[in-house]
Amino acid sequence: MRTQALDRFCSWLEQTPLSQTIQSTSWVVPTVQTIHILAIAAVMSSVLMLDLRLLGIVGTDQPLARVTGRFRPVIWWTLPILLATGAVMIIGEPARSLANPVFQLKMLLLLAAIGVTAFFKGPRLIAVLSLALWIGIVFAGRWIAYF
Amino acid sequence: MELDTLLRTLEATGFATAIRENESLFPWIESLHVLAITLVVGSIAIVDLRLIGLASLDRAAARLTSDVLPCTWAAFALAAITGSLLFSSNAFNYAHNAYFQAKFVFLALAGLNMAVFHLGVGRAIAHWGTVPQGIPLPARIAAGTSLLLWIGVVAFGRWTGFTLHATPLVS
Repeated sequence: MRTQALDRFCSWLEQTPLSQTIQSTSWVVPTVQTIHILAIAAVMSSVLMLDLRLLGIVGTDQPLARVTGRFRPVIWWTLPILLATGAVMIIGEPARSLANPVFQLKMLLLLAAIGVTAFFKGPRLIAVLSLALWIGIVFAGRWIAYF
Repeated sequence: MELDTLLRTLEATGFATAIRENESLFPWIESLHVLAITLVVGSIAIVDLRLIGLASLDRAAARLTSDVLPCTWAAFALAAITGSLLFSSNAFNYAHNAYFQAKFVFLALAGLNMAVFHLGVGRAIAHWGTVPQGIPLPARIAAGTSLLLWIGVVAFGRWTGFTLHATPLVS
């Protein structure tokens, strides 16, 4: 999706003082990306451990509720960090992200992953689906740089 | 210099050339590399935070470690394979990049820290139970050191990506 309104918004955002500061301070983007990747590491490993328990592969000697109680909060607490660091990258380079089809795909996958994490519990299919969605998010995240 | 010749030879191999010249091969391998690193660092953080006494206190440290470590090693193998392929495509510039060198110093220190832990204080892990007070101070220090070193590995890895093409080509 790429509309004139979106392009205008990106050009406006690019000219804001905050965006200009991010663009001209060379350490900001790598630092923010490092924090973003560390936060994704927390989410990915929590999702993996949770899904491996759901599939009955790891830690089956403990009740499911205990594993859920351990790893699900990590996903929720990390999301604000991901959104904040993501926002800095968007403000720094609006057109590279907002108008990028891979970025838009990533946001759709993120919404789906949040939905799956929030509303579904038991079935094994859901475990596989949520892991696949998060892996898709990581892949789309890296591919933003190439579109 | 002998090593530089070796790096250039690696760059000239068929697969290195393919990764360098194909438009989508590098991003695909890079995506797998990032995925693998998130699983390596995240799963190590689960163990480190448990040892420090900050998380997963309802699971014995030894149990949690055996839950997590197979994932860590599988992800590490994937990170090493994909990382080697990415390196080969531009071996000379990577090897001469200061951030890339720092990443591997930190990686080596993380490995050393892990070895010291497993051969020393970590041998008693089965006796540490589920109370945070049960973890000896040296084990907590090793866990904190591990976290900091892995954060450094990620940071230097990301900085490599931003500085690589700025490295002047000298042979």
